[in-house]
Amino acid sequence: MKFIPTWLHRLASPQHFFGDIKSWIMWLYVLGTIGFLVGSVWGLAFVPPERYQGDSFRILYVHAPIAHVAQLIYISIAVAGVVHLVWKLKMADVYMSAAAPVGCWLTALALASGMIWGMPTWGTAWVWDARIVSTLILLFLFFGLIVLRRVVPNPTRAATALSILAIVGAINIPIIKYSVEWFETLHQPASIELFGDIAIAPVFLTPLFINIASIYVLAAGFILANMRYLVVERNASMTWIQGWIRGQSQ
Amino acid sequence: MKSHRRRKLTIIIFLFVGSLATVLISIFALQNYINHFYLPDEIVSGEVPLERKIRAGGFVKPGSVVHESAGLGVQFDITDLNDATFRVHYEGILPSLFREGQGAIVAGRLNKNGIFAASHVFAKHDENYVPPELKGMVEHDDP
Repeated sequence: MKFIPTWLHRLASPQHFFGDIKSWIMWLYVLGTIGFLVGSVWGLAFVPPERYQGDSFRILYVHAPIAHVAQLIYISIAVAGVVHLVWKLKMADVYMSAAAPVGCWLTALALASGMIWGMPTWGTAWVWDARIVSTLILLFLFFGLIVLRRVVPNPTRAATALSILAIVGAINIPIIKYSVEWFETLHQPASIELFGDIAIAPVFLTPLFINIASIYVLAAGFILANMRYLVVERNASMTWIQGWIRGQSQ
Repeated sequence: MKSHRRRKLTIIIFLFVGSLATVLISIFALQNYINHFYLPDEIVSGEVPLERKIRAGGFVKPGSVVHESAGLGVQFDITDLNDATFRVHYEGILPSLFREGQGAIVAGRLNKNGIFAASHVFAKHDENYVPPELKGMVEHDDP
């Protein structure tokens, strides 16, 4: 039963995680930033305007990647919640708390960029349609995940509460995804389906995919950096952390 | 997998699937309240309340947009591209994406003559992203 590679297995231990992951974070930041700059400059300056929307369509290059990754982060937190409840992995608990603020920021930015796009396109920044309201609920779920940790003093109980909230809240994700198909909404249906047609002209696509990949990489960097920070905070009394702190201060 | 873990995982899966089903059944039962707007055939068939604030949406019928000679008043037809069509009257500035053949959502009241008096008009963008025809730009570069 050796289906998990050794290097991955090592990362389940806070001490090994802390040491192994350090060198990754800088690379993720560098790669993600370069990718995001390339994709954004390409999207802003080197593709033609859209037929009807003109230049305002270019906010797609920010809005679609962050909205996509925000939902994916929520799913990953729910999976970590299951792992925490069933296997009691310490790092699953750390992951939930590290990823929540990143997802929260991305959701807030997705809503903000959507509003900025909505003003010239729809003629309004906000409507109470199913897609927008379910995304607002996602933002509140992220708030809940962040706040719950602080209001429950017992760390074990906080982790259990977080897991349950994350799993139950995951119901919202298919609602966000399919709201535009099940209901009449002002928001348009998805332009890209994993197994289906792409309704975006090829000339617009390359920078979009670069930005989606870059937001994945950047979000991974932020989450891993947060996890390292939390590992230090929670293991502050351990000898290996004490040794590391002494090494830092010399 | 150890038996206590298997049991826990089963409980979690059942809880998730159960609550997902509950929520989905609820929102489909409430579909009329969750839908953001009425469709043209619902307006035409008289399913919608008169003189109440509602939203309706469809495509702007090509050739139907008439600007009144004085003021900002404008009339146009909203259609589902089949038989159902209703007339909208609106006074105000239309969103820049509003155009014939494209989707639009109107908010306002339907009066008993079947005219929709809109207080707001929203343009609905579809999922297609298409560049403009490049021909004109090439010609523009010629001296």
